[in-house]
Parts: sequence; C-alpha cells; structure tokens
Amino acid sequence: MRLEMGHIYIKDIQFSEKSKIEDGTLYVSKEDLKEVAIEDEKLKSVSFDIARPGESVRITPVKDVIEPRVKVSGNGGVFPGVISKVDTVGSGRTYALKGMAVVTAGKIVGFQEGIIDMSGPGADYTPFSKLCNLVMVCEPADDIKPHDYEAAVRFAGFRIAAYIGELARQTTPNDIKVYETCTFKEGLEKYPGLPRVAYVQMLQSQGLLHDTYVYGVDAKKILPTILSPTETMDGAIVSGNCVSACDKNPTYVHQNNPVVEDLFAQHGKKLNFVCQIITNENVYLADKMRSSDWTAKLCKMLDLDGVIVSQEGFGNPDTDLIMNCKKIEAEGIKTVIITDEYAGRDGKSQSLADADAAADAVVTGGNANEVIILPKMEKVIGTLDYVTKIAGASEDTLHEDGSLEVELQVITGATNETGFNKLSAR
Amino acid sequence: MSKIKVVHYINQFFANIGGEEKADYPVTLRKGEVVGPGMAFASSFGDEAEIIATIVCGDSYFNENIDKTKAEILSLVKDLSPDVFVAGPAFNAGRYGVACATLAAAVQEELGIPSVTGMYEENPGADMFKDKVYIISTKNNAAGMRDAVKKIVPLALKLAKGEKIGASIEEGYMPGGRRVNFFEEKRGSERAVEMLIKKLEDEKFITEFPMPDFDRVEPNPAVLDLAHTKVALVTSGGIVPKGNPDHIESSSASHYGEYDITGVDDLTESTYETAHGGYDPVYANEDADRVLPVDVLRDMEREGVIGSLHNKFYTTTGNGTAVASAKAFAAEFAAKLTEDGVGAVILTST
Amino acid sequence: MVKEIERAGIPVVHICTVTPISMTVGANRIVPAVAIPHPLGNPALDRNEEKALRRHIVEKALKALSTDVKGQTVFD
Repeated sequence: MRLEMGHIYIKDIQFSEKSKIEDGTLYVSKEDLKEVAIEDEKLKSVSFDIARPGESVRITPVKDVIEPRVKVSGNGGVFPGVISKVDTVGSGRTYALKGMAVVTAGKIVGFQEGIIDMSGPGADYTPFSKLCNLVMVCEPADDIKPHDYEAAVRFAGFRIAAYIGELARQTTPNDIKVYETCTFKEGLEKYPGLPRVAYVQMLQSQGLLHDTYVYGVDAKKILPTILSPTETMDGAIVSGNCVSACDKNPTYVHQNNPVVEDLFAQHGKKLNFVCQIITNENVYLADKMRSSDWTAKLCKMLDLDGVIVSQEGFGNPDTDLIMNCKKIEAEGIKTVIITDEYAGRDGKSQSLADADAAADAVVTGGNANEVIILPKMEKVIGTLDYVTKIAGASEDTLHEDGSLEVELQVITGATNETGFNKLSAR
Repeated sequence: MSKIKVVHYINQFFANIGGEEKADYPVTLRKGEVVGPGMAFASSFGDEAEIIATIVCGDSYFNENIDKTKAEILSLVKDLSPDVFVAGPAFNAGRYGVACATLAAAVQEELGIPSVTGMYEENPGADMFKDKVYIISTKNNAAGMRDAVKKIVPLALKLAKGEKIGASIEEGYMPGGRRVNFFEEKRGSERAVEMLIKKLEDEKFITEFPMPDFDRVEPNPAVLDLAHTKVALVTSGGIVPKGNPDHIESSSASHYGEYDITGVDDLTESTYETAHGGYDPVYANEDADRVLPVDVLRDMEREGVIGSLHNKFYTTTGNGTAVASAKAFAAEFAAKLTEDGVGAVILTST
Repeated sequence: MVKEIERAGIPVVHICTVTPISMTVGANRIVPAVAIPHPLGNPALDRNEEKALRRHIVEKALKALSTDVKGQTVFD
C-alpha cells in the first residue's frame, strides 16, 4: 500500500470570526467549534482554549490528544469506522496539521487522566508541550454514566479534529512524504537479502474506560490481525482509554506511531518492513493465551526474522508482553520489546510484573514512579479539582505554594511504550 | 566558598611502598599528603576540591583483619571529617577491590559521608557492594587510570555537593539495582529499531532492562483441620469501605487498609467499593464479594467448613504499587495475622 | 505480598486471574480466577449462580490450602 502524507506546519492557533488556515496559522471560530462539539446531547457544554509551547499553562485532566487530518484522495476518510464510514484506509493522500493538536479535557471519569504542562520541568516529560494545543474542556450532561461521558468526549474530540482537518483540504502542504509497503511476494522479490520485520502493537483493551478501537471495533473483541502500517498512519486506530496517563497511547501516538515511522526509515535499507500485527491486552487469561498464541503464529506464517513489540499500560499487560515475547522468540524470531517501569519512588523495586529470560532485548521508557515537583502555573485549563485522585498522585500532592508533588505517571505520554520519547532508565 | 575536602584511600602498591611482599603494610595516615593516583585526582579536582589526607593500607593487612582495620580507618576518617571519601580505583586487584568497596560502603553507611570507589566489573568487591555504594566501572588494569579519574572526580564532586546523581550509564557507575531516569539522545522507537538490527545481524547489543531473578519462598505445610482454622482474607484488589476512608491511592499505594468485618455477612454496593485504578471498577463496586468473597466464607463459617473467618481483612491496590511497598505492607500485617492466630490466608488479586 | 505471608509461616493461597504473574511473583498455591475486574464473580450470571461460582472457587482455594505442595502449583 502506498500512502502520501502531506505535512502542513501550523505555527499558531488564533480564535477569530471565521475558521481558516492561512500562512501557517490556524484560525478557528469558537461558535463553529461549539456547534460541532456539542452535537452530542451527552455534553452540556464545551469551552475552548489555546495552550502554546512555553506558556505558563497546565492542562488537566487530559483525556486524549488528536492530530487533525484530512483525507484528500484514496479510499476512506479520517478515523474510519468512527467518524468516516468503514473503508480501508492507508493508501492515497492524507494531509496532517503538524505542530498542533486537539486536546480533550474535562471532569474526571476514572482515575487515570493526565497532566500536560506547557512549560517548566513537567514540559520536558510530555511530548505534547511542544505542540500548539487547541484544548476543549467538556462538561457532561447531568446524570450521565461515566462511560457514556467518556465516549461523548472522545467523539467530540474526533469531530473537532476532523472539522479542523477539513479546513486544510485546499491547502498546499509544506512537504509530502511517501510510505509504501509490499505484498508478501513483492517483498521477497524486491528485498531478497533483507530481514523480514514486523511491528507487533499491543492495544490496551482492559475493559470499560480502558479500550482502543480499530476501524471502530473494540480491540478486546479482535483476534490478532495484520494491518499495513500505512493504515495506522492513516487513523485506523484510535484511543478510547483512561489508562495511566504516562503510558497510554493517545490517538496522536497512534497517528504518529514512532515504531512505524522508524521502521519505515530503515525499510529497504536494513530491513523489509513487512506489516504491523495488532493484538490486545484482555482481562481473561484465556484471551491472553489465545492472543499471544495467535500473534506468534502470525509471525511464523509471515516468515518473519524479527519483530518489535510495544506495550500499552502496565501491571497485568506485562504478562501479555512477556507471553508475546516468549512465544515469538520460541519460533526463532528475534524480538525487541518496548515497555516502561514501575520500580517504586526510590527505583529499587521490581520494574515489571512479569519477566522471562527470552526478553533479552528491552527498551524502556523510564520509571513511572519517579517523583517530580511541578511548579504552580499561572493558568489552568480544565480543573485541579481531581489532581489528588489521578493515578500517580496522592493526598499530599498539592503543596501550599501551589506546586504539585507527583509521580511521572500523571504526565500524559511521559513513559510512552511505543518509544515516543527519549526518557529511559538504567 | 571553601574547597571540598577529600580523603583518599589507596593500597601499598599504589603508594609506591611495594608489591605483594609489602601487602602486610599496616594502616598509615598521611595527613596533608597526596600520594600516587592522588596526583591525578588532585589535578582533576583543580580548585574545587583538595585531598586533605591519604590513608594507605596493605591489601593483606586489611583483608586478614577486616573488622579491626575497618574500625581503625573509620575512626581516622571520622576525625578528618571530609566532604567525600574516595577509595582506589582498584581495577582488577581482588583484595584491593574488596578493601575499597568495604571501606567506601562503611564510611557512607556508618559515618554518613558520601563515598565513591572504582574497579573492574569482575572484581569481587563490585558484586559485594555495588548495591550499597557508587562503584565506577573501570578497565581491568592501571592503564585505565586516566579514564577512571575522569569518571570518579565528577561523581565525587556531585556527591560532596549533594547534587542529584544521574543514571548509571550517565555517571559511569555500576547499576546497583536502583533504576534512575534520564534522557537518551534518541527516542525509544529508534533505539528499538537499532537494537533489533543488531540482534538480527548477531551483533552485540545491550538491553536497557536486564530481566530480574525472582526470589522464592518454600511452601508451608498444608492446613490439617480446616474446620478449626481461622481463615483471613487479604486482597490487592483495593476493596475498601464505601468512601475509601483511609484514602488508599488508586495506583502506587503508599499504605494498606485494615478493616473490621465483624457481623458483616455480605459486601454490598452501598457499603464497599474498590479504590483500585487499574481495572474497570464497575463490577467490584456493584458487589465487592466478587473480589473479596466475604459472603461465601460467612456461609462456610456457619456450616463449619472453616473454623472462622478472621474479623479483619487487609487491602491495598496492586496497581503500580512498588514491590518493596507491597512487601513491607505484607510483612507488617502478616505479623498481625500470626498474632491473631490466623491459620490460613486467602489472597485475591484482580 | 503472598510471599511475605508465606514467609511469616501462614499457608496462603493466591486466587488470581493472571496465573503467570502469580507464578512469577512466587506464589506456591495458586487458584485461577474468572477475570481481572471480577475475579470471584461473573456479572453475566444471576445472583445465585454467581454465588455458587464464587463458592466453587473458594472451595478450590480451601482444598489448595489443605494440600501439601512441593513447589509452585496451580490448582486448575
């Protein structure tokens, strides 16, 4: 499959009467945005704000981060099966608005929404502090169930991202990059000497409020399957989860999956990037066993030489990770896994819930328990009402001077397990 | 600002006293003197720090009278009261390495003075003490002196100033079981791709997280007479009385809960809930017996299947909670359970 | 936690869904549970059936406690 990604660099976002993109600035009308967002009766109100890199701004509780895109040619549309009709994406041409994101925030649903600081020490840990963020704070309608509210916020975010992406349809992109994968036979002919490599992505699927959607399908109901990595780049996978903020994959991470990008960078050079395999992290042991069996089986049937496995979340998914690694290695396929660690505040505890000697090549996103002091920010977008409740915080989080003492866990994307960041540990 | 005060420890060989034949050289304090490798340290410390004394001791002398020699040297260091204690580097000299590591650890532990030493990774002193004191990894012979000094000096200065110590890979010390975060030059995905390419090409690669060995405990003998045994319930599923009165964290719990269930026959939606943040809480909140089977055990108590259900249960959230914390919680309540005459425990996890 | 209880000399059975984690952390008597969010229940069943299911798992746990084991054992 061949996908052309057009990049349109957004330097700033401004509120204005009319929504448009001009000279690298996104202008949006609050009225237009509200109309798009509030379409859902489960939301009482939505307010918009802009957070720019370097500003003294804290966004919390953050639910999702989304990159606006528009599909200009080829099958399907943005977020197939979710916003657009179901159709296979991953070929043709797509424009992405780089340097910006739509961030959804609002009243806490579970425990696990996060914090994005736009400046200060916290900003170093979240990749989203480097983006110009259009933040939407969503208020639920009265008497609504948490998961209905979560879904409503999720869809509102996608609608806003799609609406903004649509503004770029006629824009000429700053640059265009081409990504292409081969079919099985083509690959063998074209790259006979190169190792066949796939990316195994584990999707969070622990249940209500901890889910991921693939073409609109709840990932806990899938059997491991094969995607062209260009489908992932084209919005086939979206986040629907509230796993600990530090190691959940917001939709932005799926759209810009760094393993996909970095494997493409070596495609045709050091390796043949055959495909992406997606699997889940379910709560039943039988599911874990079946999914890891299937993942290993697919790897074998595809005659792979190597795979990279990425995890999402922690705790019992550590077992899925180790099962995948063990079973794939047992097929004689060389495996590298990406995870993060919960080694305690002092770094002295066992980092993973599960372990096996087969996992001899591990990349880590760092210790999520490490404590950081986040100084007070001049402005909060959202609310600090729940800041002692989110995962990685405690009763003692809020200091008198307004600073927060928290574990890195609370920071959106801090220890991402697709290798999105430079943070690591030894 | 006054200079940082350093006390340096070396053996008879590096003090130019002699080799094996002089290994029984006793502890000697050379106040105000910079000896042997101390020269290289002194020039590297520049204006920031000075070696106020060098302590010399023969390797055999130290190892044959460890306790006595250690005490003697500790008392010397205590009187000198330096800001930092540097021992070695010992490279691959086994007895010297053990001496350096023993002393560095003891000075740090017993005198509260930060310490650092250096040696080759296979030096027995390294394995014995790398989890207790910073040991810089050096080459296996004195040709690596320059390189060793280059790593020991900045770490010694940081320790003396009480600055934050970075990850082992940044500072050059041997990982001692304490994980420390730092920023790599490349993002994780790129490192993973590079690691995979190396693995595919059968080249050497270094994992960022070596798999641990897990310790094991022998199983206790079976319970012989259940009908007369007091059974207790423990859970990592975070079941707490409604409202979470002790504020057990949803993740990375800092404490555990102990709750009385005298007279409680059934955990209901209005009385109990879960504080756990790692799984969908709906089912446990609806009926906490699904995690902590109080209802069933009460039935069994009445039927005489078990002697009794202990009137307290212990609870915490397993989610992201450090193993060391969980271990400490359990050690504490296990002692209470023993005291209360509990003969068997059912531990449930989510 | 399970190891510390064992270390204290009290026989302990671990009821959990992800038995491989239990093996890794070193529990000696392990009884598989239903699912992570409801280890001793199943919301799909009616209340009586569900309680019977729970009783069945607890009985298995008690049986595990009354059985001598040499090493780590999963009581399926």
